[in-house]
Amino acid sequence: MSTFTLGGIHPPEHKELACGAAVEVCKPPQRAVVPLSQHIGAPCKSLVEVGQRVVAGQLIGNPEGFVSAPVHASIAGKVTSIEAFPAPIGRMVPCIVIENDKSDEWAVFEDDPSYMEQTADVLKGRIKAAGIVGMGGATFPTVVKLSPPKEKKIDAVIINGAECEPYLTADHRVMLESPKEVVEGLKILMKVLGLNRGYIGVEENKPDAIEKMKAATSGDKDIEVYTLVTKYPQGAEKMLIKSILNREVPAGGLPMDVGVVVQNVGTAYAIYEACRSGKPLVERVVSVTGQGVVSPKNLKARIGTPVSQLLEACGGLKSGAVKVISGGPMMGFAIYDLDTPVTKGTSGIVVMEDNQIVHRVKFNHCIRCGRCVEACPMGLMPLMLSVYSEKGLYTDAKDYHLFDCFECGSCTYVCPSKRPIVQQVRMAKTMVKP
Amino acid sequence: MELQGQKQGLIVSVSPHIGSEETVPRIMWTVSISLLPALAMGAYYFGPKALYVTALCIVGSILSECFVQRVAGKERTIADGSAFLTGLLLGLNMPSTVPFYIPLVASFVSVGIAKQLFGGLGYNIFNPALIGRAFALITWTRAMTTWAVPEAAFMAVNAKTTATPLGILKEEGMGKLLEVFGDKLSLYKELLIGHRAGSLGETSMIAILIGAAFLVYRRYISLRIPLSFLATVAVGAWIFGGKGGLFTGDPIVHLLSGGLMLGAFYMATDYVTCPTVWRGQILFGIGCGFLTILIRLKAGYPEGVMFAILIMNCFAPLIDRNCRTSVFGAKKAKK
Repeated sequence: MSTFTLGGIHPPEHKELACGAAVEVCKPPQRAVVPLSQHIGAPCKSLVEVGQRVVAGQLIGNPEGFVSAPVHASIAGKVTSIEAFPAPIGRMVPCIVIENDKSDEWAVFEDDPSYMEQTADVLKGRIKAAGIVGMGGATFPTVVKLSPPKEKKIDAVIINGAECEPYLTADHRVMLESPKEVVEGLKILMKVLGLNRGYIGVEENKPDAIEKMKAATSGDKDIEVYTLVTKYPQGAEKMLIKSILNREVPAGGLPMDVGVVVQNVGTAYAIYEACRSGKPLVERVVSVTGQGVVSPKNLKARIGTPVSQLLEACGGLKSGAVKVISGGPMMGFAIYDLDTPVTKGTSGIVVMEDNQIVHRVKFNHCIRCGRCVEACPMGLMPLMLSVYSEKGLYTDAKDYHLFDCFECGSCTYVCPSKRPIVQQVRMAKTMVKP
Repeated sequence: MELQGQKQGLIVSVSPHIGSEETVPRIMWTVSISLLPALAMGAYYFGPKALYVTALCIVGSILSECFVQRVAGKERTIADGSAFLTGLLLGLNMPSTVPFYIPLVASFVSVGIAKQLFGGLGYNIFNPALIGRAFALITWTRAMTTWAVPEAAFMAVNAKTTATPLGILKEEGMGKLLEVFGDKLSLYKELLIGHRAGSLGETSMIAILIGAAFLVYRRYISLRIPLSFLATVAVGAWIFGGKGGLFTGDPIVHLLSGGLMLGAFYMATDYVTCPTVWRGQILFGIGCGFLTILIRLKAGYPEGVMFAILIMNCFAPLIDRNCRTSVFGAKKAKK
């Protein structure tokens, strides 16, 4: 079984809450709020006017700049406004608001059963046009990963099925219910990149998914399914590459620096849909789970569906629910408004009760116990970053490899003094230049 | 299912949203509990006086912490258990025969000065319990080196005093030590169970190792510092410890006597005053071991664990600065 060498933690998984729930289709919302910026990179420019009617799958936002992705209408109806709404990360972003006219009319897509015979450029064009971004949460535009500079020779592509965040089960369900499609997505990626090596990495806490993926790839010698040790953050790109290929992405570098492209399971599925039927990324599987929700489920929801509607579909919040997180509990964002829309990167909505969360309002001195050093998958010394940041000595923090931290939160999880180390790191990052 | 109503009460804070159950108080109280076997053996051999001295140290530590925090206008933190633990460790490092004022003053030096005046838990440079003991040893040398004869009778008040095995070894040599304890095997046996003179909590190796094993099992301490410390002492004792030339010393006597076990597992592993990265921890352990054997064999004191750890405490920040972790992907970046 493969894993990365440095650090890592074992938080309680709580996957049992939702992993048995088959994906249900969430009813399209009465009002969809589609953010024009759902990804890393430049926001889109709106292509529609207030009052205009749009159909599901219609292009409504065009990317400006290379690192960006187009945005499509997720329901059919009338555009009622273009205004700022809170995105899951808390920031206000411009959104196109569509009032559902209940027709559920879709744009016409061309089905292409022989998509594998298309050239790499055609497939890449379809991925780009479908507005596909990394669906694990980081939302990096996929087509950018597929267009490495000439000097970076890519020789492997990995499908990330680790899903190491506690609670989340969306990728798990996609692997169980659509293994063929995920594998097809991987094959498309291999074709686009001109490779004959593909890998799928799944944590061992999903044995049924591993079996399904192995069965779906049994005929392909080119694709290997890896069972990964269940250890957070196994699904972080750098850790996953280390676990499967034993390559270390250089500090400050990207996976392509070691010739690897990593894509999430959900992304692979979306890639298949885009290449096969031209369907843009307007819906995704979201785990709605946590002890604070009445009946945890995995929902296939349209982009722009308000979180409140997902919660309603799951029986609503329990009375003890105090925190709603977009994403997983380790790296997700607590949202303050239940009208916050689902975006392409929303892998889950986790609702927590008071006794499960840690309040870091008051924290203690660092006692230098070294637990954070042992937990850090990047081999950093989080205690030094934390103390230097606390004292405003940001340049000193930089000497301790501040910018190699990808904010997985392992240090903060293990800290007995309950110090908000990750937040102190984020703070320091804004105060000094890399 | 009042979604609108819930909107008001949502907590918004930064990730990660979950955390381990480990807290500073839990660590401190667990370490304190793990010391109970050592304290029990102390009470068994040295009588109620042992418990009395330890209690004085604990009370003195807690009162000192309250006092200094009150005067400094700081928040009171005695509930975190660190003052209790320091008091307990200080007590275990005292002879059972000391007059009542020594534990009280020593605990003020420990917690009031070495810990609180340096900024409180997390900011002290030196192990507070050892600073308190060093102060007492230098100030009241005779009282701090008067050892009661251990008697396995709990209620007996023992007025007889004797020397510690290391004291005998230093002054009169191995021959005398064997004379006192019979033969080598019974010497080792008595040292292992703790039937010998010494500080009240340091004598029983078995009791200390039981507590330490519990801490290792709970991952509260790692074995890097204790093992490198003990190994260095053993090798040093073996090479230089014998009267008949090099490589004739008895490492087992050195390992089992004095405050070495208590020091290696409980004092040198103090989070605040030891390095945080494994390479540094091993270096720290080797340094402690080297200084211990140097003092035991060549300096005026028969025992050197305390001063060795205190001296290495000075080096801990320096070691930390120079023994950093190797960052993921850093080696390739240099090429």
